[in-house]
Amino acid sequence: MYMKKIILDSLGKSQHRGLNFRDMLYNNEARAFFFQIVTFVLVVGLFYTAIGNLFQNIDERGINTGFTFLKNRAGFDILPFLGNYVVNYTPESSNFSVFYVGLVNTLVVAFVGIILSTLIGLLIGIARLSNNYLVAKLAGGYIELFRNVPILLQILFWYNLFINLFPHPKQSFAFFDIMFLNQRGLYLPKPIPEDGFMLVTISLLLGITASYFVKKHYKKKHELTGIHTSTWPFSIALILGLPIIVFLILGSPLQFDIAVLGKFNLRGGMNVVPEFLALTFALSVYTATYIAEAIRSGIEAVDKGQKEAAAAIGLTPTQSLKLIILPQALRVAIPPTINQYLNLTKNSSLATAIGYPELMSAFGGTVLNQVGQAVEILAMAMLVYLVISLFISLLLNYVNNKMAIQGR
Amino acid sequence: MPVFDQQETRKPPISQIGAILWLKTNLFSSWINSILTFASLYLLYIMIPPLLNWMIFDASFSFGTINFFGFEIKFSEEMATNDNCGRVGACWPYIYEKLYMYTYGFYPRTETWRPNTVFALTGLLFVIVPLVKNYKYKNRVTLSLIILYPLISYILIAGGFGLLTPVDTDQWGGLLLTLIIASVGIIVSFPIGVLLALGRQSNLKVIKLFSTLFIEFIRAVPLITILFMASFVLPLFLESGNYFDKLLRALIGIALFQAAYFAEVVRGGLQAIPRGQYEAADAIGLSYFQKNVLIILPQALKISIPNIVGSSISLFKDTTLVLIIGLFDMLAMVNLTSNDPYWLGRETEGFVFVTMVMWAILYTMSRYSRKLELRFNTENKN
Repeated sequence: MYMKKIILDSLGKSQHRGLNFRDMLYNNEARAFFFQIVTFVLVVGLFYTAIGNLFQNIDERGINTGFTFLKNRAGFDILPFLGNYVVNYTPESSNFSVFYVGLVNTLVVAFVGIILSTLIGLLIGIARLSNNYLVAKLAGGYIELFRNVPILLQILFWYNLFINLFPHPKQSFAFFDIMFLNQRGLYLPKPIPEDGFMLVTISLLLGITASYFVKKHYKKKHELTGIHTSTWPFSIALILGLPIIVFLILGSPLQFDIAVLGKFNLRGGMNVVPEFLALTFALSVYTATYIAEAIRSGIEAVDKGQKEAAAAIGLTPTQSLKLIILPQALRVAIPPTINQYLNLTKNSSLATAIGYPELMSAFGGTVLNQVGQAVEILAMAMLVYLVISLFISLLLNYVNNKMAIQGR
Repeated sequence: MPVFDQQETRKPPISQIGAILWLKTNLFSSWINSILTFASLYLLYIMIPPLLNWMIFDASFSFGTINFFGFEIKFSEEMATNDNCGRVGACWPYIYEKLYMYTYGFYPRTETWRPNTVFALTGLLFVIVPLVKNYKYKNRVTLSLIILYPLISYILIAGGFGLLTPVDTDQWGGLLLTLIIASVGIIVSFPIGVLLALGRQSNLKVIKLFSTLFIEFIRAVPLITILFMASFVLPLFLESGNYFDKLLRALIGIALFQAAYFAEVVRGGLQAIPRGQYEAADAIGLSYFQKNVLIILPQALKISIPNIVGSSISLFKDTTLVLIIGLFDMLAMVNLTSNDPYWLGRETEGFVFVTMVMWAILYTMSRYSRKLELRFNTENKN
């Protein structure tokens, strides 16, 4: 700024020579100000007109406004799944509980889908780099096949196959008479916790915390003295052993309700509906192709010299993988993988097409059709996705910071 | 003087050449690999034969009439019905019978030549553009094509203007609709995306803020919420009494959605341009407009071409979502045609057919994008 003034003065021109129109026209700051004002006015004007029209249209069509509809009775059944059990949903419940049911169901699909897709993605990504020709080609074929088919088509396809291919409840596939699979879904034993089961849960949490501190202690010892101690036996004893001992001492405070074949259908147990199975399967299989590619590119991004250097300083192959290759590969692979988690969560809204009662299907679909207050309902649904995506970007930033190469 | 007889070189052991070596190094190099090989073979064994049986060996092929781009080919006098097919294998006569629906939807059968002409023109476009590559007036030719092609296509498909019988957008469907949505989506959203990317990189705070807000908002929500917005809320935003076509509403939603994604792709390209280019453009006194059009964008867009194709592939996949707001694209035809009382319960064939068509298109596009990526990748690897 100062330099500019000096230069302008030396040229015999003052920057402030009065408000000449010509000067204003060629002044960068004036132009910037003008363009920003124009954009602002245009955008605000657009919003103003749109919202004005909105209120007028709502008035004319006699649509209600406001969020009072959330308290009204919903009056329809929702496919029984986890969301329903969480809020004890009945048709007498309010529209807000439909929102809640939808939210829970969305989160359930996202959670299971993320775990499954990560597992499949890891498997396929590693298989893609295998030196076994057949395995590598099969993994490549898997990626090319599932990546290039629209996800909605895959969801519909698996749902259709599930309903048409799987047997009638009478001829269910049984796994040791505890799990059953038929066209009505998967029947799992339903856990019924009794008194004292809380203690088992608490001891599990205790075990996890304790094993974390044990690990930290031995890591510190390693850094100070160079003596390495394997911590996995401690971890297993604490995480698995402790709850099991508490469980046995309390006399097995957990019963299972196993499904039994009734006259027409299986009764009891925990029914995982086919909509959920098809949706989760399709989402996981589709997202896994992207995760596999991320992992492959991560591993390929590690320079060959790193492996050679690790071997040269005498690390074993396992050590070299654990200490040298993986930390570098994950730095490349994790950010796109987290992005895929967001995509999976967003894609779960496609459940609308098969009627799995998640947010966009139960709340953004059925309630919207009944109440007709599209603006409020869609705004609520969008807000949920915004929050989820904000949360995932925060996670991504945290991971990026954590993994950033530490400068010296 | 001893004379050395030239001895013939010994052949390498049989295990070091040819197929056996290949098998040994690629499939059975260790016992873990051998197990993996057999596991993969088993996997193929349980998957491929039933699939082939269903699709080919147990399937019905040879009756009914096929309508291929308006030309009818008759296989035999035997009627194509659901009963003739049986339920063991696939029933491809169902696809023959419904091929018209899958390609054109409810487009009037007497007017089929119109979409066909558009398909042919599109094919011609791919021939003409490489041909004029070295022609003196190639820019003029390209520009006129860019303006003329959509115009002619629109007139041909929609009709009207006193030339052709108008065909309502309700009657468009099938692959035709899928291609229309994808191409219009790409063509309309691209300029918006470039503007948004420039806006986000701009020094002007207000413009930057609005662009960033728009891009981040759109990218955070699923396409289906945008489509619902476009379908239910957009008419409320307009002055009452304005009739708004359902397809047009969907297209607006898709174009805005895709623009945000294109913006991020182009922004990546803009960020890759060295600062010196901006400074040099400023130094020779170019205006903002000249700087971007002549210096920055040509380089930035060239870098981002592979990602632009990648983003277009996602858009093509996303076009299937329009079935949720009640447009009859190719995927929607599956449920529609298998609700036909004569062809009940043929969804599987429909899904497999649509999968094959979509896969072929998307696979070609992704191969093309990879080819571009290799061509533009001048960075030396390791």
